[in-house]
Amino acid sequence: MPKITFIEHDGAVHTVEAEIGSTVMETALRNDIASIVAECGGSCTCATCLVHVDEAWFAVVGPPSAEEEEMLDSAFEVKPTSRLCCQIKVSDALDGLVVRTPAYQGR
Amino acid sequence: MSEPIKTDVLIIGAGPVGLFAVFELGLLDIKAHLVDILDKVGGQCAELYPEKPIYDIPAVPIITGHGLTEALMEQIKPFNPTFHLGEMVTMMENIGDPVFRVTTDRGKVFEVKAVVIAAGGGSFQPKRPPIVGIEPYEGKSVHYAVRKMDMFRDKRLLIVGGGDSALDWTLNMQPIAKRLTLVHRRDEFRGAPANVSKMRALVAEGAMDLKIGQVSLLEGGDGELSAASIKANDGAVTRVEIDAMLPFFGLTMKLGPVADWGLDLEDELIPVNTATFETSKPGLFAIGDINTYPGKLKLILSGFHEGALMAQRAHHYVHPEKRLVFQYTTSSTSLQKKLGVA
Repeated sequence: MPKITFIEHDGAVHTVEAEIGSTVMETALRNDIASIVAECGGSCTCATCLVHVDEAWFAVVGPPSAEEEEMLDSAFEVKPTSRLCCQIKVSDALDGLVVRTPAYQGR
Repeated sequence: MSEPIKTDVLIIGAGPVGLFAVFELGLLDIKAHLVDILDKVGGQCAELYPEKPIYDIPAVPIITGHGLTEALMEQIKPFNPTFHLGEMVTMMENIGDPVFRVTTDRGKVFEVKAVVIAAGGGSFQPKRPPIVGIEPYEGKSVHYAVRKMDMFRDKRLLIVGGGDSALDWTLNMQPIAKRLTLVHRRDEFRGAPANVSKMRALVAEGAMDLKIGQVSLLEGGDGELSAASIKANDGAVTRVEIDAMLPFFGLTMKLGPVADWGLDLEDELIPVNTATFETSKPGLFAIGDINTYPGKLKLILSGFHEGALMAQRAHHYVHPEKRLVFQYTTSSTSLQKKLGVA
């Protein structure tokens, strides 16, 4: 199974296994990554699962869709490599992915 | 304070579980009013996933959040509930045995024999931007909603956001503000295209300013803003002198005033008796996602069940003199009369 590393704002590092076909958000919840809130449960309507994708990985992960880009307007401290991780599907290509989570998701 | 509205039951929250509670109460001749902080019914189904399919409503293989809300509104129509939308319940006092006096943030007062908290994940409240030191300005010169436009007359106003709220208020405030600056993180707006064009035209004729970036610093004293710094995506910082700021970053769920009503809470949830869905206070019920009990599942279908049992117990408070006879809608002419089908 692909491995994903979440680096939280306080420096805590969690490297966890991710199921192919699930999302990075679901992976975070299954592994108790507290800084991923995911209030809407993956509907791309709340912007509380923001991550900053590691720059080396951004080209692999790719940019947000138009719908997600609009939702990013409701997030804070959005960077060029920011994504809502409910919209990132886990695949073999993402084995080793590194994302950073923000201190605050709006709640 | 206005004249109290006297009715049988007040339901706090007009999501699917609150709506279905109207049906179960109605069958037992109990009238209900509903209060919801959103300006529409449906709760999370309307706010978070109106277009997303739900697959686990019994006998309904697939329905959207919007569709479920519409269907529930149709189902409860015979009971003619009264909605108080865009209002938040702020205070609840027990003034009788049991009689509750409930007050909203708009100053409306209810006197009811039972209260049903069906508030889901809490109340939807505006997201607060994580700008260091914003707290002292909140409510004084930083506002998340506009109740009185006149407050902003002749003020230098900063509006933050790129959706309908930000654009609507930009267009409404521009004529009365001394100077208006709109800040958004990108030069694209998801609001209604006609409003985007109007805003662009105002910028082109010099009647307002548009800055692309994120607010990084606030200046002022005693809760009164004097300036804000806006950091562009290339790192360049611009300083704008302002008197007030209106950030519009959408909504998030917070437990809200429920926490102050003297209930025992477990992890921000309200423990209930699973025979009646009553809280530790007689006549005060909690159903749906906001309650907790051994085995609790946060499912809409569980909330429907909880509403049915709640109604049986609420009957005891609302019609203490009447014996409750359990009946089926399929066979009871008395229930069918209430539904307007007999």
